[in-house]
Amino acid sequence: MALKLPPVTGGSLVRGLRSLSGLDQAELVPQTRLAGPMPWVIAIMVALTVIAAAAGLAASNVARNASDALSGGVTVQIVEADPIVRLRQAEAAAQRLNALPGIDAATVVSQEEVERLIEPWLGGLAIDGQQIPVPAIVDVRLRKEVSGERLGALRRIVREVAPGARVDAQSTWLKPVFGAIDSLRLLALALVGLLAGALAAVVLLAVRNALGTNRDTIEIVHLLGGTDQQIARVFQRSVGYDAAGGGAIGLTAGLVAVLALGQQFAGLGAGLISGGALGWIDWLLIALVPVAGVGLAMLTARWTVLRALRRML
Amino acid sequence: MNGGSPGEIVHFDNVGLRYGADREVLSDVSFTLFPGSFYFLTGASGAGKTSLLKLLYLAQRPSRGMIRMFGTDAITLPRDRLPGFRRRLGVVFQDFRLVQHLSAFDNVALPLRVAGVPERDLTKPVTDMLEWVGLTERMHARPAQLSGGEQQRVAIARAVIGRPELLVADEPTGNVDPDMAIKLLRLFEALNRLGTTVVVATHDVHLLKKVPDSLIMRLDKGRLSDPTGALRYPPRPRPVQG
Repeated sequence: MALKLPPVTGGSLVRGLRSLSGLDQAELVPQTRLAGPMPWVIAIMVALTVIAAAAGLAASNVARNASDALSGGVTVQIVEADPIVRLRQAEAAAQRLNALPGIDAATVVSQEEVERLIEPWLGGLAIDGQQIPVPAIVDVRLRKEVSGERLGALRRIVREVAPGARVDAQSTWLKPVFGAIDSLRLLALALVGLLAGALAAVVLLAVRNALGTNRDTIEIVHLLGGTDQQIARVFQRSVGYDAAGGGAIGLTAGLVAVLALGQQFAGLGAGLISGGALGWIDWLLIALVPVAGVGLAMLTARWTVLRALRRML
Repeated sequence: MNGGSPGEIVHFDNVGLRYGADREVLSDVSFTLFPGSFYFLTGASGAGKTSLLKLLYLAQRPSRGMIRMFGTDAITLPRDRLPGFRRRLGVVFQDFRLVQHLSAFDNVALPLRVAGVPERDLTKPVTDMLEWVGLTERMHARPAQLSGGEQQRVAIARAVIGRPELLVADEPTGNVDPDMAIKLLRLFEALNRLGTTVVVATHDVHLLKKVPDSLIMRLDKGRLSDPTGALRYPPRPRPVQG
């Protein structure tokens, strides 16, 4: 080899700190996309998060729909042994209530309807009007939510025509159910939080492992003038690809499970449950779960790498 | 601290280095490297050559003393400014330190990619550099597929492709036969002719005579001696081309 001068790279080499755009072309860290365990762990996390989120959203819908339906409802029970007096008092109460401002409608529930409603608990024979005195019921719809004060006023007015009447807001009956639904929502939220934490932990461990495996390469890039940000971006991108693959698989699996569960619940045909059907905003939120997962994974990777690199010269 | 003599690239003043609680591997090391000069750093194995080079290519901070590089105090240099300084250096490691999963082409291209050179501007300088070190035919081979001499040349091409102001080479001829050693030395000399300051650490005394006007720094048990006066006076100017 003669003493030949080296080729001149000229001014194209900028010695400033520019971004590492070129490293997009050559992967510094060997990629093992969907080959290692991380994408599959992320897929499981995303699937579970999708199911938890869907459950939480459905519970919210149940609570909202039930609350909307019951918030302006008041039930008047006329407890009177004589069926003729009972019916007369119910009709008088309905008439008085309909005359009041703020009342949408006060309707006497027919005897047949009352029997139909309680038949599952007491049986057909038992509820024959001749054997068990069943209270007459007036269903009252208010224009606004029932307040305690308003309920007291209604009670006084009704008792003027039906002294033995019981007046209750319908929402109070379902208070324990709403409490249980709230607990379910909180549980779903906690599950989503825990799964997010677990996902971050998985990424953190995987990135630490990758940093250890690729320590030599990182040192070389540092000594060639590579910045922490450039190195972090390489890991961030690699984790992003893995998380996107895992997220897509997890979303698919989660949606299959949610749809199957939805079919099961729809088959129950219960009014309260049918109020939990997911709307398009709910589906959109569920579709965002893997996107959030990818974002969280990339942020965790970046934070982990930058923190580790700070300990290197 | 900024400043220093305008005619210096690097200045060490009473530098000491120890690893942990062990005795110092470098003691009271003081010298100045001048632009466009060619230095040999010699000494027996364990004399501290690699440790001194690590300080030079900013892979290590000293335990004491002062180091000024390119007119700036390198010891108090914040971490975020280190990459900018490292991009002004070229390093040939004793064990090559090529990235094993990248081809020869990608290894040589790495400093340019790190510096943000767009891909379209990268192919020609890298292929020219590989041609210069005689590896055009092997540009797609990975390090494991290359011989020791070929890996050494890839490492040299990677070190010089950014036209560094200071080139530091640690035993660059240690793994090659004598003929190849002379050829590699010629590569450094050619780069030096373009104005790069070169520091070559070697324990091969035969190499020292192969580069005219080169200066010798000798390390003995972590202390530097100055057989040619290289460390006291600026050297005679060498012809610079390019």
